[in-house]
Amino acid sequence: MKVLIVGCGKVGSNLAGQLCHEGHEVTILDLVDDHMKDVSNAYDVMGIIGDGTSIEALKDAGIAQADLLCAVMDSDEANLLCCLIARQLSKARLIARVRKPVYSKETQFFRDHFDLAMVINPELASAAEMARIFRLPSAISIDVFAKGRVEMMSFRVKADSPLCGLSLVELRSKYRQDVLICVAERGDEVVIPSGDFVIQEGDILSIVANQQGVSSFFEAIGVAVNPVKNVMIVGGGTMTYYLAKALLSSGIKVKIIEMKRPRAEWLAEELPAAEIICGDGTDEELLQEEGISQVQGLAALTGIDEENIMLSLYAQSETSVNAKIVTKINRITFNKVIDSMNLDSIINPKELTAEYILKYIRSMDATSSAVENLYRLADGRVEALEFHIYEEEKSVTGIKLQDLKIQDNVLIAKIFRKGQLITPSGQSELQVGDSVVVVAMADRKLSRIGDILKR
Amino acid sequence: MNYRVVFYILGWILRLQAALLLLPAVVGLIYQEMSGLSYLITAVIALILSFLMAAKKPENRQIYAREGYAIVGLAWLVMSLVGAIPFVMSGDIPNYIDALFETASGFTTTGSSILTEVEHLTHAGLFWRSFTHWVGGMGVMVFMLALVPMLGGTTLNLMKAESPGPVVGKLVPRIRESAAILYKIYLFITIVEALLLRIFGMDWFQALTTTFGTVGTGGFAVTNDSLASFSPSIQIIITIFMLLCGVNFTFYFLLLQRKLKAALKLEEVRVYFLIVIAASALIAWNTHHLYATTGETVRHSALQVASIITTTGFASTDFDMWPMLSKTILVTLMFIGACAGSTGGGIKVSRIMLMVKGIRKEVGMITHPRAVRKIRIDGAPVAVETVRSTNVFIAIYCVIFFASMLIISIDEFDFTTNFTAVAATINNIGPGLNMIGPTGNFAAFSPLSKIVLIFDMLAGRLEIFPILLMLSLKNWKRYN
Repeated sequence: MKVLIVGCGKVGSNLAGQLCHEGHEVTILDLVDDHMKDVSNAYDVMGIIGDGTSIEALKDAGIAQADLLCAVMDSDEANLLCCLIARQLSKARLIARVRKPVYSKETQFFRDHFDLAMVINPELASAAEMARIFRLPSAISIDVFAKGRVEMMSFRVKADSPLCGLSLVELRSKYRQDVLICVAERGDEVVIPSGDFVIQEGDILSIVANQQGVSSFFEAIGVAVNPVKNVMIVGGGTMTYYLAKALLSSGIKVKIIEMKRPRAEWLAEELPAAEIICGDGTDEELLQEEGISQVQGLAALTGIDEENIMLSLYAQSETSVNAKIVTKINRITFNKVIDSMNLDSIINPKELTAEYILKYIRSMDATSSAVENLYRLADGRVEALEFHIYEEEKSVTGIKLQDLKIQDNVLIAKIFRKGQLITPSGQSELQVGDSVVVVAMADRKLSRIGDILKR
Repeated sequence: MNYRVVFYILGWILRLQAALLLLPAVVGLIYQEMSGLSYLITAVIALILSFLMAAKKPENRQIYAREGYAIVGLAWLVMSLVGAIPFVMSGDIPNYIDALFETASGFTTTGSSILTEVEHLTHAGLFWRSFTHWVGGMGVMVFMLALVPMLGGTTLNLMKAESPGPVVGKLVPRIRESAAILYKIYLFITIVEALLLRIFGMDWFQALTTTFGTVGTGGFAVTNDSLASFSPSIQIIITIFMLLCGVNFTFYFLLLQRKLKAALKLEEVRVYFLIVIAASALIAWNTHHLYATTGETVRHSALQVASIITTTGFASTDFDMWPMLSKTILVTLMFIGACAGSTGGGIKVSRIMLMVKGIRKEVGMITHPRAVRKIRIDGAPVAVETVRSTNVFIAIYCVIFFASMLIISIDEFDFTTNFTAVAATINNIGPGLNMIGPTGNFAAFSPLSKIVLIFDMLAGRLEIFPILLMLSLKNWKRYN
């Protein structure tokens, strides 16, 4: 597929790398070439210098032949204008990044009237994800499948957990729960575990289940399942605004610490139900005074990654603090170092944006049995995908799973059939009309359900 | 320096060369010559070496600029070293340094020869000699990138190090497709010319070898007097094709995309043809008393001009006998060279344009010290870095030029011979003036001089930096 990316910032270059890796033909257009040089050196993409909102430049970059355009420049208006122009020049599907809060209620309008395939708002998407985490604080991350009926959830095994030392077979017989452990991360390693995998302290496990399944499993292993009652948010950016709105609407109390007075005033105007504190969120004294030891949730969302990390580390080290901590990291790339800090939940809006767009592209890639949903886990090394099974997929339908020659490191996690959720066994079969959640190592690059078979 | 990946790619290069060596072996078979066998043996040697070097795909396949330059420099050296073996083995060129000179001259599309009697060579030898032009013309790396799905994303540094011109870009997003497009255009031109030459009276062997020499802008001929004994129509065809191969290949790509207007607007191509026309006219006026008709005069002057500016080095007449003005024009053309992104050598028209525009800007700055001016090509401003690297290129070029002249002057030949010998090799042309004129050759130079000239040929073809970096010890440090 021919993809044109307009805007070579962090999201643009991340996207370019990923798409190139998946075998698409990528052209990237930006006005300045300093970033572009690195991207075109690192990946097999073509860089073109030009203004993304100019007809000439878009033509030069081959908009007429492109199948997809992603406008990810800094400015919302430029992105929208770029898409408007592109619509006149080509039949490509258009994706625009639009992030200003004023536009957040108007995305539907943009999609309909500007004929956009997707409008992505990184801050809103990140806030939604964080809100999910605060509703189930034992989780590190939560993704949903089958229109919210299946959840995929990661959590860290604590030292006092009854799971320690249990193999997966023992786990199933002991708890008789309808959950499936589909990914296990231990230090640097990521595996799709088999029955004899033994759980250890510190492992991050990802489970797939329906919502009740998740809560009853957590209850059974003695992990709290109640949503947090109150959240302290440090930093009053756009993401804070979205997060506060989402939390408030589900009845969670919110306290926001923002340093700049005008911004604090604005937040106070926009979010009457939230408590706004104007002060330095990295000041220990202030945090104690505002009751950091009483909150059940803490979100470090200042504009500076280092501050967020420091804040989270401080909250973790302080024994009096007993909160679910979410850290925003936007720019820093030292994944291994960050992993070693055990920061619990990390939100990276730029990666999230790239992931959402990628998900969309994957799903438009193949004509049938396309990917409906895609989540990347464990630094993108594992993927969970949702497929819908169409008529054409005769190679996998109507055959018992134990008789299918499924590739190694590919796992069928859930089958969703006529409103029923089935945990597959060797006896189960796939049928036309099912939705299937498949977990696989990312290097398998599945784009159709048929790809799960050995070639 | 990531040695593993360097060796891995060199291994692939050798494998490629083994395949290429089979062609002259086949030619040897057709003409029932024993020399074909030596090409087969060399192919086997190359294959064994390649498996020793590229047995295992290395884990870390990152090619940074450092590795890219090293790989390209070494690859051309290795190809020349191995490519010279069959000449010695078959007895065509008994001396290894001479054979190396001939092979390097072939791969770098120079066309300088140490042979006094070209026609005494076996057919296999003649074919290999010309075929190296064809391989070297578009570039070994480009060829490999088009064929071998090797490393994925990071191969741009390879293409950059090999392709001629101040700025290297891709034609389409994927490097492999870019390389494939270049080779398809190249192949098309080759086939058309070979067919035309065959139709106009050459036999297949002559047509093919001459075509290789033309499209690679090499200049090895299979006859002692280069092109002089061929018919006027053949000379005209070759003139046209030499000129076509000296054009920036972006021009053809734009034509393929039906962007005729954009293609015709390419400033470099325009300037290139302007120079060709002006030089041909001047020389025709200057030499009209030497030839019987105006037609003949124009034909000879155009062929010589095309041959020199595209750095091919064919000759249809002994231009060493021309008047001084004409000879000086030819020597000037030697330095200008062809367009960037073509198969030709030399400093390149676009660099000359950048230099001239740079000078105009700097001179203008003297009278208007506060003026803000941009150097433009094709209407778009050129990055300061590009201008700077062009100036550096020309500076290093001059240094190498005079250093080489200094060394080869030990041989006690006259100044014209020395000057044009270096000019002809560093610009990948072939013949020079006086002793090494169209009727002469490089045989008389000492082995030391030949090695210096081999270095010049490689430096000229790879645009100096890869070869220069090979000499820098610091660059070879192991970092991991």
